[in-house]
Amino acid sequence: MTKTLELRHISKTYGSGASEVHALTEVDLSVEGGELVAVMGPSGSGKSTLLTIAGSLEQPSSGQVLVDGVDLANVSRSEQARMRRRAIGYVFQDFNLLPGLTAFENVTLPLELDGAPAKVAKTSAKAALAELQVAQRASRYPDELSGGERQRVAIARAIVGKRKLLLADEPTGALDSVNGEAVMRLLRSATHRGVAGVVVTHEAQLASWADRVVFIRDGHVVDQTVAPPGPESLLAAGEGR
Amino acid sequence: MSVPHALLALLSESPKYGQRLQSEFEAKTGNVWPLNVGQVYTTLQRLERDGLVAADGGGERARKQYRISPAGRRELANWLRTPPELVPPPRDELVIKVLVALQVPGTNVHEILQAHRRHVVEVMQRYTKVKAAAAEDDVPLALVADAELFRLEAIVRWLDAADVRLKQAQWTATSPEAMPSPEIEPEATAATEVSQ
Repeated sequence: MTKTLELRHISKTYGSGASEVHALTEVDLSVEGGELVAVMGPSGSGKSTLLTIAGSLEQPSSGQVLVDGVDLANVSRSEQARMRRRAIGYVFQDFNLLPGLTAFENVTLPLELDGAPAKVAKTSAKAALAELQVAQRASRYPDELSGGERQRVAIARAIVGKRKLLLADEPTGALDSVNGEAVMRLLRSATHRGVAGVVVTHEAQLASWADRVVFIRDGHVVDQTVAPPGPESLLAAGEGR
Repeated sequence: MSVPHALLALLSESPKYGQRLQSEFEAKTGNVWPLNVGQVYTTLQRLERDGLVAADGGGERARKQYRISPAGRRELANWLRTPPELVPPPRDELVIKVLVALQVPGTNVHEILQAHRRHVVEVMQRYTKVKAAAAEDDVPLALVADAELFRLEAIVRWLDAADVRLKQAQWTATSPEAMPSPEIEPEATAATEVSQ
């Protein structure tokens, strides 16, 4: 089975000589469609670099990045850009919605940039906003939305169209824990419908929404969780409390 | 978990039979804390003895309906406002393990911290699954799962802080005798802390 995202022996070095910094060293990571993986590590561990390389926003110093079986090194820059627009969705910590556009326009934008007919873009955007339960706020500008609504719009923009890979960097930003949980539920349901998801976070509660948690430290993947047993095991453990 | 006070709370709504108290208790705590009916009747007997509840009807325990007394209402009100014991046990097993690891020659403490971190996050994944599987409006269950998740998250944050402190101090357990770290079984070592 083809992995939606495959990182093979990825290393990334910044600077040279004495000021050389190894941000990532020989990192391997595979994510299948339908799977949500959390990458957890302290600040400066290389987790955000891993995400920008996975999304082809940055080139690795060595190693291969395959998105849906395509090695990004073997395609032209314009083809890479097309994949970024079509196959990959990004969710950022500070939402990154364009302030001069309505929620609806923010969501149609990536499709229009990709040359989709206006009608198709509008239908897809409506569906994505409805899925994220913000359809009724479609005509509002970002500064008229609450933090939670802004992030829902940002997720709608990331999943609109036929994306295969969803990349999120600290996607709950400054939201409180209950609204943060709502964001994780949405990412989880988006991935469980077939998209492959990678969430970068330093928070264990957010990471615990993932099917698998990968731990990164000083640019190395040091560990990962094994598939947890079902919730029923906890109920049994609760007896006698 | 105070079963007597939970039963007083349920009785403060209306008089109830033991069987109903059991099912309401379980439903309202998100079915996370099973309670057998024998426990319910033993607790009710004690509450009756202390004058906190009174029973209507007689004979078999299943035929008795219980109601809260004025003293029971006062006891419940006091209990809700009394802070639980927040001072931790004098010896936290995980803290001790890490302190000991610092002294064992050749031990990679970061590896030990990570083994515990992974185990705690795995337990957190299980609680999150409970929340994810439940209806979004199941508030009691979400509260119970949140309480466990915040407690476990605090352990992870402590492990993270320990990692940073050791890194900043460039700590290395001094010694030539290497400790065979790969044999460490994270499941076994962290089980006590997270299942308390």
